Amino acid sequence: MIEFLMPSLGADMEDGTLVAWRKKEGSAVKRGDIVAEVDTQKGLIEIEIFDEGILEKMLVQPGTKVPVGTPLALISPGGAGVKMPPMVESKEEMKPPVPEKIPKAPAEIIHKGLKVSPLARRIAEDNKIDLSTVTGTGDDGAITKADVEKAIVQRAESGAKQAATGIPAEDKTKAASDTIRNAVAAAMSRANREIPHYYLEKAIDMTKAMAWLERTNKERPVNRRLLPAVLLIKSTALALQEVPELNAVWDNGLQLKQDIHIGFVVSLRGGGIIVPAIHTANLRTLDEIMDALNDIIPRAKALKLRSSELSDSTVTVTYIGEGGADSVFGIIYPPQVALVGFGSISEQPFSKDGMLGIHPIMRVTLAADHRATDGLTGSRFLTALNSRLQIPESL
Amino acid sequence: MNKEAIEKTVLDSLKRIAPETEPSELSPDENIREALGIDSFDFLQFIISLNDQLKLDIPEQDYGTISTLRNLLAYLDEKLK
Repeated sequence: MIEFLMPSLGADMEDGTLVAWRKKEGSAVKRGDIVAEVDTQKGLIEIEIFDEGILEKMLVQPGTKVPVGTPLALISPGGAGVKMPPMVESKEEMKPPVPEKIPKAPAEIIHKGLKVSPLARRIAEDNKIDLSTVTGTGDDGAITKADVEKAIVQRAESGAKQAATGIPAEDKTKAASDTIRNAVAAAMSRANREIPHYYLEKAIDMTKAMAWLERTNKERPVNRRLLPAVLLIKSTALALQEVPELNAVWDNGLQLKQDIHIGFVVSLRGGGIIVPAIHTANLRTLDEIMDALNDIIPRAKALKLRSSELSDSTVTVTYIGEGGADSVFGIIYPPQVALVGFGSISEQPFSKDGMLGIHPIMRVTLAADHRATDGLTGSRFLTALNSRLQIPESL
Repeated sequence: MNKEAIEKTVLDSLKRIAPETEPSELSPDENIREALGIDSFDFLQFIISLNDQLKLDIPEQDYGTISTLRNLLAYLDEKLK
């Protein structure tokens, strides 16, 4: 049995309210299926599953508020009770740390003298079930696979009961902006407490990028026009390919991420921010990134995102926009290790090839985690980013 | 299309994009984006909306000349003549 848990949709999330099941008990599910809707501080989120199998049993009823990590349902894996191959990183991220891991060695000692089928033992170990608490129903009181599975169900049920501390009536009355504010406050406080930030800034000449964008947009109907943000997202993703140390998380050490998912900061009209992920931005064309923004920004503003969009980002990009502040020194969204801040583009005196002229200049900052990288790495990133933006036609 | 109808189209589009604001209370020379807190993504949606409803293409280089209600309405009136 696999437990389908209340996912963590960011460092700031402590609990969520199950609003509805989108699949029925007994139905088959596969990776990427939306199985539930959960109300969080960041709105009503569609929760995807990262396992395959049969949805065996729902453990939590709609309307129940449970902490992150609470089992919501049990999935029997595809095939005959065989555990699925290890999932990719995103699933591991969704899983909150397992509380109180049972130490391996003492557990082995306790198991001595118990009759346990090899399959049952493996399932118990995978699910961290203490076999000494399981009643065997097999020959000579041997513990079978069914006994272990029953123990898993019982533990999950009691966990869900304990966790269901009241009906979340107050959620509805609380203004959405208040809860978003609290979510931002929690994440940023943690970041400032835990992450030793360092900051670097580079003034980037945007003459070529803006000229390219203007030429491109001139030939396009209004609904196919690109925004400057698209160039910034793509160039950031390509520069991260060259400096992969910044596309990572810090979790008891630096863990590099294979895929580059850019979290793009979207300001909400009622105040607060939300950071949906543009998946594998380095592999997408500019048009595909624009399509992604057209899809995701309205949903982000309406607080209607999917779990993977809230939890997958490997780095954050924030863009002040036209006419705003010249530079932005961001706070990293944990457990990420970098945030790239783009200031507004403004006409500035700028010297190039020995000639002083007026150029559209953008100040780009990098906020990075000094536990994970040093200034030299950060500087390499900003230099790579600048190089990319000087050849916009190749983005 | 007369001036009143154009103005109504503009104000309705703004209201859709920034529902919690009152575009009808904009003064003629206020910067629309600053007054209503419209970012570049929403501004593009506004231009697309005008394009759809008025059957009028507003090129990017004209964005700078349509920052206030007065300028925008004069611009649209001229283009739609």
